[in-house]
Amino acid sequence: MTRKDHEQRPQSGRNSSPAERVLFGGIGAGLIALSLGQRGQVGTLLATGGALLVAGAAMGQGLGETVTGVRRTEDDQIKVEKAITIGMGADELYAFWRNFENLPRFMDHLESVKVQDGEGQRSHWVAKAPVGTSVEWDAEITADEPGRRIAWRSLEGANVPNEGEVEFRPAPGDRGTEIHVSLTYRPPGGTLGATVARLLGEDPNVQIEHDLRRLKRLLEVGHIPTTEGQSSGRKGAMKAEARMYDNRRTS
Amino acid sequence: MKAVVWQGVNRVSVETVPDPQILQPTDAIVRVTKTAICGSDLHLLDGYVPSMVHGDIVGHEFMGEVVEVGSEVRKVKVGDRVIVPFPIACGKCWYCQKGLTSLCDNSNPNPGLAEKFWGYSPAGLYGYSHITGGYAGGQAQFARTVYADANLFKVPDGLTDEQVLFLTDIFPTGFMGAEHCQIEPGDVVAVFGAGPVGLFGIASAFLLGAERVIAIDRFPERLEMARTYGAETINYEEENVFELLKEMTGGRGPDSVMDAVGLEAQAHGMLGVADAVKQTTRVLESDRPHALRAAIMACRKGGTVSVPGVYGGLADKIPVGAFMNKGLTMKTGQTHVHRYLDRLTGYIQRGEIDPTRIITHRLSLEEAPHAYEIFKHKHDGCIKCVLDPWADPGDHEPTPAPQPQG
Repeated sequence: MTRKDHEQRPQSGRNSSPAERVLFGGIGAGLIALSLGQRGQVGTLLATGGALLVAGAAMGQGLGETVTGVRRTEDDQIKVEKAITIGMGADELYAFWRNFENLPRFMDHLESVKVQDGEGQRSHWVAKAPVGTSVEWDAEITADEPGRRIAWRSLEGANVPNEGEVEFRPAPGDRGTEIHVSLTYRPPGGTLGATVARLLGEDPNVQIEHDLRRLKRLLEVGHIPTTEGQSSGRKGAMKAEARMYDNRRTS
Repeated sequence: MKAVVWQGVNRVSVETVPDPQILQPTDAIVRVTKTAICGSDLHLLDGYVPSMVHGDIVGHEFMGEVVEVGSEVRKVKVGDRVIVPFPIACGKCWYCQKGLTSLCDNSNPNPGLAEKFWGYSPAGLYGYSHITGGYAGGQAQFARTVYADANLFKVPDGLTDEQVLFLTDIFPTGFMGAEHCQIEPGDVVAVFGAGPVGLFGIASAFLLGAERVIAIDRFPERLEMARTYGAETINYEEENVFELLKEMTGGRGPDSVMDAVGLEAQAHGMLGVADAVKQTTRVLESDRPHALRAAIMACRKGGTVSVPGVYGGLADKIPVGAFMNKGLTMKTGQTHVHRYLDRLTGYIQRGEIDPTRIITHRLSLEEAPHAYEIFKHKHDGCIKCVLDPWADPGDHEPTPAPQPQG
């Protein structure tokens, strides 16, 4: 019934794309070649690094992807799947999500979503992109089962083609509703681009997790907890150190 | 205002910092009238709790008077005398609804950090590092408290600050430690550590029906106080604890054993030295689990190990074979303070327990660095320090000597 999109886009057993394997395999071979001219520890280091890269390329396991946890599909897209349980009924949660204009309230990277027709089938999305830029696209709803599931995808012409799906499943006992989100997108530069982006701190995997947590806090408590602006005896550099922790991870 | 501030390993200072403000509509500001130093604050002092930042205001045992409330606070009013449980409950999530408030899903603003260390994030705690939220603590003249309606508890008329102060942490912590022992009539309970939590654990074990309680420590004043609570005692520096516990229980072993020590346990021998060396590196091992090892070994077959002592990360050489082959149960956790307050307040009101008996030192907030020093090294017979944020240094009532109870 609702799992079809996942089945259609299976996860690849290899986390780096063919282009990356060629690139990093090449770099690895280059390092090994370089090491032949070196003596002592430098040579050993270069050869070891080269061998690791070549081995990773041969197996399709890139170091960057392994570190960042990038998951790619067989057609070189990025897939992110996250779930959270919220102590509310599925109908309420569905209704909140179905109004896409609510999404920027908890999705940190979204600037706005504007519904463009009466039924809310089509919408215009604006998302924050690295270095202060933004990305825009139009999307349409592709599946809509009240209280159970919503799926959408970007229309022709999107810079970052993407599709998403959210399912609302009753949680066992009195635990509320499980929200399962799945996003698939084709990042600029393919999965290599995604790996670089993730190493630079733009990590959709983490973003979606934090977005869902913000949603839970917004709906269960009414707001997101913060310590921003609290008093302390911090001075100078310590303020920056504290900011690394304070609220970085949820808001 | 004045506040006790973490300044790095073994350094706390009293500084003038900005007064706290309402940051969210569910906040309340409390004028702190009594606060205390907890054994777990020593883990911060010693630098074994990660993610402390220089300048963080510490303290998680505090009570006082509400002086300001946010626009969405309904139940709590300006002028209320309140105690503030150290774990922060949102009051709405599944865990809070089940009374598991130290596991609140929503109150930690930095859950990602906790999830890296522990898999899932527990509740935010006051004054206890950024892994548990980075909230400013209560060893200060004022404190910002959050989700006031779910977290501030009105002090019943007729009870003094000192009588209720320990309801914020160590009394419920000792009580939950005893409850986790799953005591049945006739049970013998052994308690490693006769510090404040261990002493409340001893008293609580008797309240819950233990027939005998055996306390294990090395400081004469603590062992003496444990005896005034009705416990038999073992000085682990003078005795073979395992052999003596076995002998004292007719060869069976204690039915349940409480580890009220936690991650900085003292140990003799090679294992103790190895732990100390590894913990000092902050990398090889974060916790010295000697009391936990001893508790697992000493517990009778099919018994229960209760762990109110604080652990932070990874510990080596846990006798998991003993744990499994003896069919033990372990129960642990930061204290769900909120769920115990009614019951424990009742014990205090009826005079069945006098929490103030463990106080050995009353000092001003200004004297906090000295208080930390004597508390850490157990100098001057120090068992528990209470700080008055509004007293001048030296200007406090004398502390009466402990009296046998009952």
